[in-house]
This record gives sequence, C-alpha cells and structure tokens, in this order.
Amino acid sequence: MESIAIRRKLTDRAMTGLFLFAAILVVAPLFLIFADLLWKGAKELRWSLLTDLPHPVGETGGGIANGILGTLTISGLAMAVGIPVAVMTGIYLAEYGRGWFASIVRFCVDTLAGVPSIIMGIFGYVLVVLPMKRFSAWAAAAALAMIFIPIVVRTTEEMLKTVPHSVREAALALGIERWKATLFITVRTAWSGIVTGILLAMARILGETAPLLFTALGNQFWQSRLDGPIAAIPLQVFTYAISPYEDWHDKAWAGAVVLILMVLSISMAARFFTREKKWKP
Amino acid sequence: METVNSPILKITELSAWFGANQVLRNIAMNIERNTVTSIMGPSGCGKSTFIRCLNRMHDLTPGFRLSGGIVYDGTDIYSDPIDPVALRRKVGMVFQQPNPFPRMSIFENVAVGLRLNGKNMPKSELAGRVEQSLRMAALWNEAKDHLSRPGTSLSGGQQQRLCIARALAVEPGILLMDEPCSALDPVSTGKIEELIEELGERLTIIVVTHNMQQAARISDFVAFFLMGDLVELDRSAKIFTNPSDKRTEEYITGRFG
Ligand SMILES: Nc1ncnc2c1ncn2[C@@H]1O[C@H](COP(=O)(O)OP(=O)(O)OP(=O)(O)O)[C@@H](O)[C@H]1O
Ligand SMILES: [Mg+2]
Repeated sequence: MESIAIRRKLTDRAMTGLFLFAAILVVAPLFLIFADLLWKGAKELRWSLLTDLPHPVGETGGGIANGILGTLTISGLAMAVGIPVAVMTGIYLAEYGRGWFASIVRFCVDTLAGVPSIIMGIFGYVLVVLPMKRFSAWAAAAALAMIFIPIVVRTTEEMLKTVPHSVREAALALGIERWKATLFITVRTAWSGIVTGILLAMARILGETAPLLFTALGNQFWQSRLDGPIAAIPLQVFTYAISPYEDWHDKAWAGAVVLILMVLSISMAARFFTREKKWKP
Repeated sequence: METVNSPILKITELSAWFGANQVLRNIAMNIERNTVTSIMGPSGCGKSTFIRCLNRMHDLTPGFRLSGGIVYDGTDIYSDPIDPVALRRKVGMVFQQPNPFPRMSIFENVAVGLRLNGKNMPKSELAGRVEQSLRMAALWNEAKDHLSRPGTSLSGGQQQRLCIARALAVEPGILLMDEPCSALDPVSTGKIEELIEELGERLTIIVVTHNMQQAARISDFVAFFLMGDLVELDRSAKIFTNPSDKRTEEYITGRFG
C-alpha cells in the first residue's frame, strides 16, 4: 500500500515538473530574444533613433523616425478601416449568424486568417499598387487590414459568445429593441475582451514585413502623402539586416528593439483590458 | 372602453407547440387587475412556456407556434398592430436566475431600460425613477450608498430584487416572475415574497412557483397546470382547502408531482 502511495506522489511530482518545464520552454525565448536584441542593438540605442531620419552608409548616428511614423500611419489606416468592419462582422456572426450565409462568412474568415502574409502583400500590390501605378501607404494599409480583420472578427465573435444568454433575454424582456440591446448591452458586456482582441491584432500587424515589401516599399525620407512609398520599421530592419555594412547591422538590431517594445507595450495594454475587474469594497 | 374592474388579461383557447410537441392545450383564464396569481404544477407541465407567451418571449424561438387569444386591456397581443417590443415594456419579466447586466452599476441596471427605450429625460428625473424603482423593490436602503457599484457585487437575493427594480423602472402593468426565489436562501425568499404581496396592490403579478406554502402566502389566485392543461384556477384559499378537481387535491397533498 505504502509503496503505491509513494509512487503516486512521485509520478505526480514528475508530471507537475514536466508541465512547468514546458511552460518555461515557452516563456524563455521571449527573454532570450529581448536580451539578445538589447545586447546587439545597444550601440545604436540612443534618443536620436526615435527622432532622426536614417543617415547614409558610413555616417554614424541617424534614426528610424520616419519608419516609426510610417508604421503608425499604415497600421492606423488599416485599423481605422478594419475595426468597424471586423467588429460589425463579429457582431453579425455572434448575434445574427445562424444560416448558411453566416457559415460561408465564418469559413472565409477562417481561410483568410490562414493566408500567408506575403500573399496579402501581393493582394495589395495587384489591387492597389498596379491601378494607382505607385507604391503607397494605402496599399500597405489594405494588405495589413486583410491580416487584421479576420483576427478581430473571430475574437469579437468568441467574446460575444461568452456573454450568457440570460443577458440577452433580460434585455429583450425589458422591451429594448434588438439592435440597441446588442450594441449597448451585449457588446458592452464583452467590450474589454473585444478591445483585447483588437490590441493583439494590432501588435500582430505592427511587425508584419512581407506584406509591406510590395506595397509600402520603404523610404529614406519623410513621407507626407498617403499615395507614395512610405517607410516602416520592419522594412528598415529588413533593409539594414540584409545589407553588407556593419553599422547598418547594429541599426537593424536597434530598430528591432523599438519594434518589440511597441509590441510589448500593446500586449501589456491588452492585459490591462482583460484583467478581472474585481470589486473591492 | 375597458373598465377598471374588467380582467387585465383574457386568455382563450391558448395552445402552444415546440415543433410537433404540443406543450399547452386550450388554456382559458382571466387575470384580474392588481392581483397575484400563482402558477403551479409539476416540472415540465408548461408553466414557463405559458408565462413566456404573455410577453412574446418565444418570438425568436425557432419552431415555436401558438394559437388562441391573449387579450391585454382589450387588444390581442399577437394581432398585427402590436409591437412586441412595446408589449414587453407593459409586461415585465423576472427570471429564475438573478441576471443583472454585468459591467453595469446598480444605478445603470435600473436606468438602462428607460435610457434605451428612447425616453429622453433629465438626469434628475432619471435618478428619481431609479430611486422609486429601488424603493418599490425594497432595495433602496441597502443600495442607496453604493449605486455606482457593479450590480453583480450584490448578494443573490439583492440581485434578484435589483432585477425586480429593473423591471419596475419601465412601469409595466403586469409583472411575470418565473420561479423568482428558487435560487435564493430562505431569508431572501421571505423578502421577495413580502415584496410580491406589496407590489400586488398596484400591479398585476403572475408568478410561477413550486412552493405551495409560498403560493398560499402570496397569491390571490392559484392556477394548477398538468401536462399542458389548466386543471383549475381559483381563489388561493379555495384551492388549498377545497379544490374542485381531484388531480389538484392529489398534487397539493403531495400524492404526486
Ligand atoms: N425552447 C424549447 N424548445 C423545445 N421544447 C421546449 C422548449 N422549452 C420548453 N420545451 C418543452 O416544453 C415543455 C414544457 O416546458 P416548460 O419549461 O414550460 O415547463 P415548466 O412547467 O416551466 O417546468 P419547470 O417546472 O421544470 O420549469 C417541456 O416538455 C419542454 O421539454
Ligand atoms: Mg419553468
């Protein structure tokens, strides 16, 4: 009897250890990547990185200010279009989508979510760059929106489905019109979850590189127009990293640090929105 | 014009189906104004289905069908000109599980029906209506200092009274309650029972209950359902002392159900 008890205890310990080990394995790369980036990018990490334009090869200093602005512009455009479309589609699927049409929409959204991002770049190229005959922020935003939208549609739908049926019934029984109950009660109940989904999707598109290659193209200077080639941090990191110049390599690392800090802060904001709002008397 | 003494609800030959399954059979009853009527009967006999017919909560249930008439203050509620949304403001409902809106404060929970029903009223008037509803639901004294707390921070019994206040805020003429105490402890149950008796003075209440003592305490009338039929409807004193139907007698003496 006793030996069985001991063996059980040991097995239990071993399994717990195994789970913990797996968890550490998942978390470790984040720290490794971040430490490595900081280490290698340290040389170029200075304030002017955030405020200056890139300098030509061989000249020290210079920054990625235009890339930061470009990334924010492109992502902002993608989200300005993507958020309303995606959230409304998510609402449609969760609250009204029972029939065959909804099934088709759901299938298409899932497929879209699985399309490799380079294809989205080609999509932006064919549909926006070719007709406009120029690379542009618009084309890049279109490509990023196609990545952004399916993620947000599905998280919105999932979040709305966590709202108990009793909430909808209570609203209905109060004599509230359905669209109002949906917007002001059901969506409101799930709102923090929906915002979290939006933030995570935003973090995802900030770092996308492939879709920008054929759309934003990149730019060494400030771009004040939305219909011309525009800089973006991932593109600059890419250009610097594949260049043969030592000082550009350092700048690539530094750019990567900026990018990962942006993603990290958005993830933290997402955490902030999902945290359980417990009432403390 | 209807007189004050005529029944507020006249139900005739009401039958209801879920798909091919007939759940209610030729129910006929009148509900008098400002009375409390308890609906009793064994599980699955159609009590919930019945009261949900009265505020058209089945409208969105696929496969649901009904025939017969439900006349509220002289108008058939299933006739064409009736807007189910407007009807539900006149016929409020309280559910078995307390279901305050999550992420809304106590105040918002009560105010939301008025706000979203397109009644643009000044803030002070809204606050007045919220207070009045909370008072009617006997929750004001407990809640008045914490109106901005989440509704879900209240105890189960308080949450149920919050739900009653929420329903009362839109000033319904009839309040339907589907086993409103079955998820509550005895003390909370006692409070809700008191509340029902009080509210019964000024509006019409139809309450589903499995608890015979409760029905005897709170109701003016008792309706006994059995497998989709209305077996008997009478004054509560009569039902519990001298029921006309043998099946009612068997049920209340605990011989089945
Ligand atoms: N949405 C639905 N779809 C199909 N059948 C249903 C639905 N709701 C209820 N029914 C059926 O209708 C019958 C009556 O159910 P109802 O909920 O009205 O009973 P009840 O008297 O309220 O029972 P309880 O005391 O357990 O609440 C049951 O046989 C049930 O299976
Ligand atoms: Mg029921």
